[in-house]
Amino acid sequence: MLIDKDTVKHIAKLARISLDEKKINNLSKDLSSIMEFIEKLNELNTEKTVPLTSIINASLRSRKDEVSDEKIRDQILKNSPEKNEEFFVVPKVIE
Amino acid sequence: MSNISDFTLTKLVAGIKKKDFTSQEVTESFISSSEKSKKLNTYITQCFDKAINTAKNFDKKKDYKGLLAGVPIAVKDLFCTKNVKTTAGSKILHNFVPTYESTVTNNLWSEGSFLLGKLNCDEFAMGSSNETSFFGNVTNPFGDKLVPGGSSGGSASAVAANLTPATIGTDTGGSIRQPASFTGTVGLKPTYGRCSRWGIVAFASSLDQAGPMTKNVEDCALLLQAMSGYDSKDSTSVDRKVDNYSSKLTEKVKGLKIGIPKEYRVENMPNEIDKLWKRGIDYLKDAGAVIKNISLPHTKYALPTYYIVAPAEASSNLARYDGVKYGHRSKGNNLFEMYENTRSEGFGDEVKRRILIGTYVLSSGYYDAYYLKAQKVRQLIKNDFDKAFNDIDAILTPSTPSAAFKMGDKKDDPVSMYLNDIFTVPINLAGLPAISVPAGYDKNDLPLGLQLIGKAFDEQTILNLSLAIEKRANFKIKLKAWWS
Repeated sequence: MLIDKDTVKHIAKLARISLDEKKINNLSKDLSSIMEFIEKLNELNTEKTVPLTSIINASLRSRKDEVSDEKIRDQILKNSPEKNEEFFVVPKVIE
Repeated sequence: MSNISDFTLTKLVAGIKKKDFTSQEVTESFISSSEKSKKLNTYITQCFDKAINTAKNFDKKKDYKGLLAGVPIAVKDLFCTKNVKTTAGSKILHNFVPTYESTVTNNLWSEGSFLLGKLNCDEFAMGSSNETSFFGNVTNPFGDKLVPGGSSGGSASAVAANLTPATIGTDTGGSIRQPASFTGTVGLKPTYGRCSRWGIVAFASSLDQAGPMTKNVEDCALLLQAMSGYDSKDSTSVDRKVDNYSSKLTEKVKGLKIGIPKEYRVENMPNEIDKLWKRGIDYLKDAGAVIKNISLPHTKYALPTYYIVAPAEASSNLARYDGVKYGHRSKGNNLFEMYENTRSEGFGDEVKRRILIGTYVLSSGYYDAYYLKAQKVRQLIKNDFDKAFNDIDAILTPSTPSAAFKMGDKKDDPVSMYLNDIFTVPINLAGLPAISVPAGYDKNDLPLGLQLIGKAFDEQTILNLSLAIEKRANFKIKLKAWWS
């Protein structure tokens, strides 16, 4: 197994996804077979290859440094599962 | 007169302009066929009442200027639509109602079209069979229990079953072309940067591109023209004039050089696919094109590269779904528990797999071995295409290694599912335009498509070549509406 159960638990924690034992088992199997498939790239010697950074041959445009506050606070808050006047509400972080 | 919903997009636009029928009649016809299509499960959200009202207003105003004047269009539920629920096929966005409109849908509405509804797709566009949607599988109109392909499966089925005149989808590794091939429809992935990605739910930002899905090549040219263009809100959209694809569309392709890449003749490829490819070569020879054998030596590394790059970008993009700003929220005793429960309940299995792969390849100590390695191989794949295009104008390949398969066949084996995209993924990695055009049937009467790959921003040439194939293949969808 390329990705054992402890590794699954570790990356699930990084990705903030909770998993039960059964899911961890299945994912260890699935992710290992995917990583095995990916290992094919090791056949290639890429020591001297420059990695691709952008697929389009154009430099990014710059825009004027202007404030573009469109006064959309209410729109941004509209879909929040829990809000209080002008704030997103989350479970208490500081005791 | 045959049923209005059988008509192509081009005929509908012309018919409305000539007053052969009204926008309201057109809209009612598609609503009627859509209402009878529940078995196909193509719609997530229907906007029929509003569409009728818009059509009535259109008929009063009689403004025929736009390219799509008076024609309703249903779109993949990955495009944000103002005040209309946008789910990306996910539970985590089941209640999300955008307060803004994506640029490409806005472009369609500016050309006189209006929204008919939102079409089912794989969750966050991750899938090749439309079996990962929170809103259930989509059925291919070519057979009960058959997948329509994915991720734009609802879109492909809706066009094939005459539920919408045309549609737009998105393509990250084949999500327009593969379902088009599985349903006997035309689907085009434009050059990266041709269409704005603003307001599209992001999957893998360096690969995602929106494109048209239609009944024929003529419609495809028209819809591409309507949706394309530079957008200051997407820094990767390219400021380059949009061609008049429709008026320049021609089947005169004499003298064009077509590359046939030997690496696309893969092991265990069904004989029928090989035969279809040969027939495609004959069609283009008949049209006066010159066939050249070419080599794209890094083709076999495209899928492994894709399954590093796409999940890495997805794991970053999907970090935003945390139960705070929008979408589903689960309970938790503290902030971290709330995040973990929200994401565990909100995402389906395939999305979790890809987030975890992406997190793994980007995690401390693995970045160089995986992500950096993949970006290097991606450069080699792009170099293959650059080199090939020095001598040729386009490349012809099959669109998919098989016809549509049965639901459940590949669901439990992620790698065998990924292999479906073997012919489409390299094109996304290289940022090139490609189209799937239906070219024949297999022994079970299931449609098969051919893929044409073009130079960057040369959508016109692949549209023209597709038209030459379409005229010669004389492909017709012959379906009884068994689902209604």
